[in-house]
Amino acid sequence: MKTKLTALVVAGIMAGAPAMADLVVPNLSYRTGPYGANGTQYADGFNDYFTLLNERDGGIGGEMIKVPECETAYNTEKGVECYEATKDSGALVYNPLSTGITYQLIPKVSVDKKVLYTPGYGRTSAKNGEVFEWIFNAPANYWDGASVAIKHLLDENGGSLEGKKIALVYHNSAYGKEPIRTLQELAEKHGFTLSEIPVEAPGQEQGSQWLQIRRDRPDYVIMYGWGVMNQVAIQEAANIRFPMENLIGIWWAGSEIDVEPAGAGADGYKSVTFNGVGQDYPLYDDLQQYVIDPGKASQGGQHVGSAVYSRGMYAAVVIAEAIRTAQEMSGTSDITPEQLREGFENLDITQERLVEIGLPDFGPPIQLSCSNHGGSGMARIQQWDADEGKWNLITEFTEPDQEVVQPLIEEDSQAYATEAGITPRDC
Amino acid sequence: MIYREAGDFKTSYRDDSQTFPIRLDRWGYYAILAVAFGIIPFVINDYWANAVLVPFLIYAIAALGLNILTGYAGQVSLGTGGFMAVGAYAVYKLMTAFPDISILIHILLAGGVTAVVGVLFGLPSLRIKGFYLAVATLAAQFFLIWLFNKVPWFYNYSASGQITAPERTVLGHAVTGPATSAPAKYLVCLVMAFLLAWLARNLTRGMLGRKWMAIRDMDIAAEIIGVDPLRAKLSAFAVSSFFIGIAGALLFAVYLGAAEAGEAFGINKSFLVLFMIIIGGLGSIFGSFAGAAFMVLMPVLLKNLLVGTLGWPTDLAAHIELMIVGGLIVAFLIVEPHGLARLWRLTKEKLRLWPFPH
Amino acid sequence: MDQLIFGAEVFLNGLMTGVMYSLVALGFVLIFKASGVFNYAQGVLALFAALTLVGIQQGQVPFAHLINAAFGTSLHHFGWTVPSILAIALTVLVMVVLAFLIEKLVLQHLVGQEPIILFMATIGLAYFLEGLGDVMWGADIKTLDVGLPQGISDGIESITAGWFGYGFFIDRLDIWATVIAALLVAALVAFSQYTKQGRAMRAVADDHQAALSVGISLRFIWVMVWSIAGFVALVAGIMWGTKSGVQFSLSLIALKALPVLMLGGFTSIPGAIVGGLIIGVGEKMFEFIVGPMVGGATETWFAYVLALIFLVFRPQGLFGERIIERV
Repeated sequence: MKTKLTALVVAGIMAGAPAMADLVVPNLSYRTGPYGANGTQYADGFNDYFTLLNERDGGIGGEMIKVPECETAYNTEKGVECYEATKDSGALVYNPLSTGITYQLIPKVSVDKKVLYTPGYGRTSAKNGEVFEWIFNAPANYWDGASVAIKHLLDENGGSLEGKKIALVYHNSAYGKEPIRTLQELAEKHGFTLSEIPVEAPGQEQGSQWLQIRRDRPDYVIMYGWGVMNQVAIQEAANIRFPMENLIGIWWAGSEIDVEPAGAGADGYKSVTFNGVGQDYPLYDDLQQYVIDPGKASQGGQHVGSAVYSRGMYAAVVIAEAIRTAQEMSGTSDITPEQLREGFENLDITQERLVEIGLPDFGPPIQLSCSNHGGSGMARIQQWDADEGKWNLITEFTEPDQEVVQPLIEEDSQAYATEAGITPRDC
Repeated sequence: MIYREAGDFKTSYRDDSQTFPIRLDRWGYYAILAVAFGIIPFVINDYWANAVLVPFLIYAIAALGLNILTGYAGQVSLGTGGFMAVGAYAVYKLMTAFPDISILIHILLAGGVTAVVGVLFGLPSLRIKGFYLAVATLAAQFFLIWLFNKVPWFYNYSASGQITAPERTVLGHAVTGPATSAPAKYLVCLVMAFLLAWLARNLTRGMLGRKWMAIRDMDIAAEIIGVDPLRAKLSAFAVSSFFIGIAGALLFAVYLGAAEAGEAFGINKSFLVLFMIIIGGLGSIFGSFAGAAFMVLMPVLLKNLLVGTLGWPTDLAAHIELMIVGGLIVAFLIVEPHGLARLWRLTKEKLRLWPFPH
Repeated sequence: MDQLIFGAEVFLNGLMTGVMYSLVALGFVLIFKASGVFNYAQGVLALFAALTLVGIQQGQVPFAHLINAAFGTSLHHFGWTVPSILAIALTVLVMVVLAFLIEKLVLQHLVGQEPIILFMATIGLAYFLEGLGDVMWGADIKTLDVGLPQGISDGIESITAGWFGYGFFIDRLDIWATVIAALLVAALVAFSQYTKQGRAMRAVADDHQAALSVGISLRFIWVMVWSIAGFVALVAGIMWGTKSGVQFSLSLIALKALPVLMLGGFTSIPGAIVGGLIIGVGEKMFEFIVGPMVGGATETWFAYVLALIFLVFRPQGLFGERIIERV
């Protein structure tokens, strides 16, 4: 009995490793826990694009893509378990959608030689490819996002923010604290005053924070929130009648589920984004034909076209393009993570290429190199239309202020290199 | 048939009061040690180390610590996550400030720092009892996490407030940092768990342990027979926090490698460790290990069974996993409120009589 | 002077927030009083109730995801919507059934166990209900709307603007919450003072053995108390859910209620109200006055520390029963 039980336990644990497949891109998703509602949509978009490639093109370069999913619940320990469970199955690249898990994996992937792709999250200074050989965070990072938001405000104010008051409402965690340094630098440069208002996770109760905003009357509020914090913040902002067009969220605070609970009150709310929204792209016809209609969509396709879904799909697009580049460069279709890394470093997604994919103007052009793992950092602003129930893109892709962002990236990546004992590569 | 005391004669008090008085138990214990030290390090791979064995050993240490406080001294604490964070941040500050000193010493020192903090937050226990104390320890949990999140000194002024363990070696082998091999990770945790379990066992059956139990069973009565509640309670907090601090230090430095206070050491950790000791058995060393094994293995097992074998969607599996874990906890408490340790004891009683029960 | 006016506004908002905390704490007190169970699942009960309410209101098919996964169907909604009042009534019914099941399957088997075992059982129950709620109704964020108003109250703003030259912000939802909480407490007090079942409930709270010996059915009382606690959880769930949408994090409001309980005492309904008000005002004022000096976000721990310091001087809470220990 006891041996049987032990055997069962061992068998159960061993069953974690999926069978070898051609190209393995694990999806470390979270569909449960405090951020499950956001994570579900992202994971669906990520899965569906690869399903489309498999169904329509027979994979990439003739190799089918396998996307084993592993639930992390946004929990670092479960994330580690998922990583360990999948890494020996020939996994090429990881995209955990969690800053905490990313920090966990950064040292690990460098030793295990896996690519870590963290679009729009994770460690910002990973943009420096000289230090972070295996990590890519194109097309934009948190600091780019903060800078693009400020640029938008500059545009609105005729190029000057002199004497304005801007408040940063942020998730009191590694993620939320990211933009502070950048915004401080920008405040110095453009002469606005910055006040920092932390919200302790999860952010169910934000009465004090928004009372403070009502008292201080900042001209603009920038928000770095995630999960329930977004819904509550937008609701509270509507409650105090803060002008919604002066509230700008980062891309993680820019999804339908963030604004919908506040109803009409959320009309006019803006957020930064680096991917297109809505379903007005030719790719969605293929998606309908090959994935949704045959019933192969992840979770029944209930979130197709939402902002977070689109972002998950965009991450899959970039990974697929990197795989394609790697295949072309190495001349073999069954690539290794090392070859994929090369593919990422030589990634060049032009607008023409996006048109070919069926997603014209869906994201900024991405051109990476050995030293630049973060792309141009371009992003745009979207605005919520509560009557129509959709996001509208209101600006073109805008360059961040690299003068401010780049030195910070240098500084932070150098600090990491010293701490971790890494000698930066020559590029 | 084979599990018998008969013929196992003791000729000294020392023999009579040893931890495993029955020969077969002793052999089993040595066999487990031999496997743990002699075989597993040679066959272990990354998955087994990182997903199963290392977290099991670390949580076993934490459970031992909490069991000393709750199981032996009767003081319910929900501040475990906060105390683990103290251990983690202490070891981080120590290893970055004094890179030349052995990491093992740092880990022990981190336990010491946590013990001091534990005593501080244990002071109210002299006035507050029962659930009021349990909720009061939550103050430690939330305050400590906030502190580590807020004061940049604790995370060496890094931009995001994350702490990352640099590489440190023991006898030429990396035990922290990304280059650590699975056997090294496992062995460090195993040695710590072994030594601490040995310490816990001997503390709890000595005078100190008896004082704790007297306080647990009835503090006023204990005071009357000459147990100083101040010293007994605070020593329980100190020893318990020492264990928990070491567990936190190992969790951060050896297992995770990087951590963020609120995420890695939140309130869920406190509940998790409390679950371990309740399911394992309050006031039992074996129970701490059994409970840790149960709570670490159970979710991994369920996940692999539901997703890996049955091929269910991951979210559905995760929700059902929650239901099963919750249901099992309730079922366990109904069937055997004294935990796995008690079940084990009953099995042994039965074994002694098998196959001829009266 | 400005600071004083702002302070007054913060104070008022603190009172309102305190009421919201009290709503959650009430459920704890009811169950603890009647059965000695420290019910950690109260927060999850609120989440479960709110999920059920929204599910019924919008005509969702329960267990749709499970059914779809098992049979390859694609069910979502029945295609009807249920009026709020009816949906609330149906949810209450569900909570009563739930209370019955909890008593039958869990509590009944744990009679006479130590309090910590009962406490752990409710944590297990919390896990179970959390999973069940998600499996039944799906894990996405749901908008809860039962017609409660939200947003700044114009009347109060213009009146205070007339007095101080600065209009106070009071959320209309908070005003409603206060009214509803007052009604709820009044109803609970009336119930326990003037009805047969209410008296039986108080008898059980006083002494289980004595209550049993005069012929009160302990099981019936427990089912009733858990039902009432389920109803209180529903009210709390509606209030909090209207604010933030119904989602996982709703269950974490239990953590906000614990310091309220410590302060007010585990066994006192007035304690839960007064404790809630003190905690609400205390944490808002602390964040207002001290917060800016230490970098803010003090609300997570301040309530606990306040309660802790308070308990050192009065170990049984504000209104808790005096602890008498004998050897």
